[in-house]
Amino acid sequence: MKEFSTLSIKETISSLKNKDFSVSELIDFHISSMENGRELNAFITETSDIARKKAIVCDQNYSKGEDKPLEGIPIGIKDMFCTKGVKTTASSKMLENFIPPYESTVTQNLWDDGAILLGKLNNDEFAMGSSNETSFFGEVKNPWKNSMDNFTVPGGSSGGSATSVAAGIGLASLGTDTGGSIRQPASFTGTVGLKPTYGRCSRWGIIAFASSLDQAGPITKTVRDCALLLNSICSYDPKDSTSSQKKIPDFEKATDESIKGMKIGIPKEYEADGISEDIIEYIEKGKEWLVESGAEIIEISLPHIKYALPCYYIIAPAEASSNLARYDGVKFTHRVDAENIIDMYEETRSQGFGDEVKRRIMIGTYVLSSGYYDAYYLKAQKVRAMISQDFKEAFSKVDAIYGPSTPSTAFELGDKKKDPLEMYLNDVFTVPVNLAGLPAMSVPVGLDKKNLPIGMQLIGNSFNEESILSIASCIEKSAKFDLNPNRWWINE
Amino acid sequence: MNNLVKGETGDWEIVIGIEVHAQIVSNSKLFSSASTKFGGEHNTQVSFVDAGMPGMLPVINWVCVEQAIRTGLGLNAKINNYSIFDRKNYFYPDLPQGYQISQYKQPIVGEGSVTIDIDDKKSKTIRIERLHLEQDAGKSLHDQHPEFSFVDLNRSGVALMEIVSMPDISSADEAQSYIKKIRSIMRYLGTCDGNMEEGSLRADINVSVRKPGDELGTRCEIKNVNSIKFIGQAIDYEARRQIELIEDSKEIDQETRLFDPKKGETRSMRSKEEAHDYRYFPDPDLLPLSFSENIIEDIKSELPELPDDKKERFQKEYSLSTYDSNILVSEIEIADFFEAVAKGRDPKIAANWITGEYFAAMNKLGFSITNSPISIDNLSKLIKLIEENIISTRIAKDVFEIMLENNENPEEIIEREGLKQVSDSGELEKIIDNIIVENPDQVEAVKLKPKLMGWFVGQVMKETNGKANPKLVNDLLNDKLN
Amino acid sequence: MAIDSKLVERIAKLSRISLTESEVKNLSSDLDNILNWIEQLSELDTEGINPVFSSFDEEEIKYRSDEINDGGYREDIISNAPLSEDGFFLVPKVVD
Repeated sequence: MKEFSTLSIKETISSLKNKDFSVSELIDFHISSMENGRELNAFITETSDIARKKAIVCDQNYSKGEDKPLEGIPIGIKDMFCTKGVKTTASSKMLENFIPPYESTVTQNLWDDGAILLGKLNNDEFAMGSSNETSFFGEVKNPWKNSMDNFTVPGGSSGGSATSVAAGIGLASLGTDTGGSIRQPASFTGTVGLKPTYGRCSRWGIIAFASSLDQAGPITKTVRDCALLLNSICSYDPKDSTSSQKKIPDFEKATDESIKGMKIGIPKEYEADGISEDIIEYIEKGKEWLVESGAEIIEISLPHIKYALPCYYIIAPAEASSNLARYDGVKFTHRVDAENIIDMYEETRSQGFGDEVKRRIMIGTYVLSSGYYDAYYLKAQKVRAMISQDFKEAFSKVDAIYGPSTPSTAFELGDKKKDPLEMYLNDVFTVPVNLAGLPAMSVPVGLDKKNLPIGMQLIGNSFNEESILSIASCIEKSAKFDLNPNRWWINE
Repeated sequence: MNNLVKGETGDWEIVIGIEVHAQIVSNSKLFSSASTKFGGEHNTQVSFVDAGMPGMLPVINWVCVEQAIRTGLGLNAKINNYSIFDRKNYFYPDLPQGYQISQYKQPIVGEGSVTIDIDDKKSKTIRIERLHLEQDAGKSLHDQHPEFSFVDLNRSGVALMEIVSMPDISSADEAQSYIKKIRSIMRYLGTCDGNMEEGSLRADINVSVRKPGDELGTRCEIKNVNSIKFIGQAIDYEARRQIELIEDSKEIDQETRLFDPKKGETRSMRSKEEAHDYRYFPDPDLLPLSFSENIIEDIKSELPELPDDKKERFQKEYSLSTYDSNILVSEIEIADFFEAVAKGRDPKIAANWITGEYFAAMNKLGFSITNSPISIDNLSKLIKLIEENIISTRIAKDVFEIMLENNENPEEIIEREGLKQVSDSGELEKIIDNIIVENPDQVEAVKLKPKLMGWFVGQVMKETNGKANPKLVNDLLNDKLN
Repeated sequence: MAIDSKLVERIAKLSRISLTESEVKNLSSDLDNILNWIEQLSELDTEGINPVFSSFDEEEIKYRSDEINDGGYREDIISNAPLSEDGFFLVPKVVD
């Protein structure tokens, strides 16, 4: 038996074409990985039956030579994507038994390309969190334990998505990224995660957190796999008013492009406090790799970037408070019965939402309420304009921006749970990108002294995912990060 | 103008502002492709978007935008080619998303005006503050079950225009004229069918009272009044209630009230501690609504003639009275009907017949112009017969009665019934001579009392079964008797 | 701006979330901390800046044509409802 779990999508597809193994064998392997990995708590719903059934069809397609680009590739889907007939919870009690009668556009794109749904992945409740500890279905564990042998968080909110890929369960996963929810967990788990430009992927069928910031994206083992998934999920969708009609390039091709002559900016503001020494060391290493590959490093300035986090914590909760108003006990599964409608609303929402979600709804309601709108919400949208302008000016000088994905590597479970503000600060490098709607990705570069993965972030100009894929590919080659965590979760 | 209302402490002035909610004529909803048709089975005209399902997104229907622009132009208003959709956040069981998509700070249509007629001579301009696009909510049914309300989302997401007037309206009559005028304009434009029974047109009415010259008083909003009659009743009741409160030295609470048509009263609707805070903000799921000036110009160039212009034209082109013109232009169907009937005919006779006999009959029989029992063609033929003196007005009335039964051609009726007017002077002379010979006393009497001439006319009509041409009869009698 | 429990209760009411006494207490302090931290935005001069409500800046708006091709699946609409009858959603009686 081959070691399926170490293969990339690219390698798997070529083996399937070669008939080294069948899709059914591949799927059986991943189903047993999923079952053996239950201690990680990455999956909320396992869809083994669906996967096995589709595997048969995929094998037929290979035999007939009618295989599509992702034929037979098992993929886990964050539980924020509505999947037709398959329970979709947003990791909330509120949607504990919600079964969507429709399929999100991006997941449909994957299935149309032959990919197979392996299961629905755990995440922070309604994608609100940076550690996957706010899920109604319990915390997800990072496959990477730290050198003290303590459990660490996988990051969030796409914690299940990152953990499953890092643990070799499924070949890739989909996450959503509102303020770093793909890149931060990718960074914490040694995986590749990319948030496309806002508008590149349809948001139709993705449970909304903050509509002006949400974007779907892949988490994979390699940069090339990331590009392959991107090729599949990006599409213009007339059902989403903010879906772009721009031509979608061949992202895979971009991973082979040289970065010679590229100008790569490093914001001087990133030298600010709070970045761990190991990460600083890798920032420097990365610079050397880039220069060796022929790129030019340029210092740039993003003067307003330090305001991105407070700005985000006005905008995202404001939009969320409105987006989550539909969960009122009338239409979707969870309801607490009461004598009158107001009590029904209040009890249903009180019991259906967890603490972090309530906290954000409260912040959002407050900043939009009469008398505070101008001081908070409008102010934040002006700051957002200034941050976007900073990036525009930077991209008039450089092709991409390079820096760390997170100020630290994965922290221990429970470490920051008590202090919401400390948790929020974890997204300091990822959040500005969402405010400006830019594409960005995290690529693993090495391990820190605690034996935990470090990720570097690449930010591209609007609708220029190709540049960051080329650069990420170059870093990947130089870093040679092909480490896997110890499989402590498998009891043999 | 005297719209003052007498109270115990003197005269009071009523100040009224109206928000009209008009359902846009479109096939599908404002942000989804579900049907807007009235009267469908509950919850069958609902898309996932209209039900507020997770992950569903709105995409705007261009026809609804055009309709709003058209209506704005019909209200002589400024069209904003950049406007924003906002979310208005509140919880209600028939509001599935938990917010209504509406327009708040930047509506699609700005200031405009409409003219209402006070009487045949006077008119008044009511200023429009704005018109904006928004979604309708669903419907809660309260009578199905003792403990539960039933929610039907068929209406959820249907496109509405909210038209907000300035507080320029001073009486129930003016309010009714205003609603009728807005309704008429929208029906001319084909942007709202104006059907109040089906809820296509509802009004929220803001009423306050003050002593003439004083500051504006505290206002109450009467929600969702759905007939022109009720609008009048609600205003009269509410004004009286407020005057009595103030004259009793009591405070008026600024509040939302409901009109109860059974009792003819308004009553307080929501408890006071439920202060609303809608937390409006731009809907991030939708882009700002922007279009070029060219689009506005194109729509403008295709606008139909509107009531005010039509009225002016009717007066000029057909020499109609203000009174007749007002009636004829009040509904697009009436105006069209009139013009079709009057084509090639004497317009005054046509106007008189339509506003007189025809409407009286329609009212009596419960018909309207859209299901008229008499065709345009046949009514036009009848006018022609009158105009050409083939039948007298009196005979025409009889013919009309017959036509009402089964839309018969009036030419055939008079042929069959032998009702053709006698305009043959030879024939009439014979009849007149006979009457003169047989009634020598009357001939003598008429010489002293010229008024008795009418008796002779009557005799001629009797002899001819009313078919004699009255003018000719008069002329002949004058010759013979004087 | 200090967040006190009265304000928290008002926001909770607007949000239609009932809170226990201890939740009110915790949220008061959480929100106070977070909003104080957010307060740093006020040091930034935003005079004359146009707010950006979305980072999506494509010129062309997409419109839907006025066709009916959705709806007609009542079962799907109510299938997740906690309480329904005869194709209606049921809620505790609403009285105006």
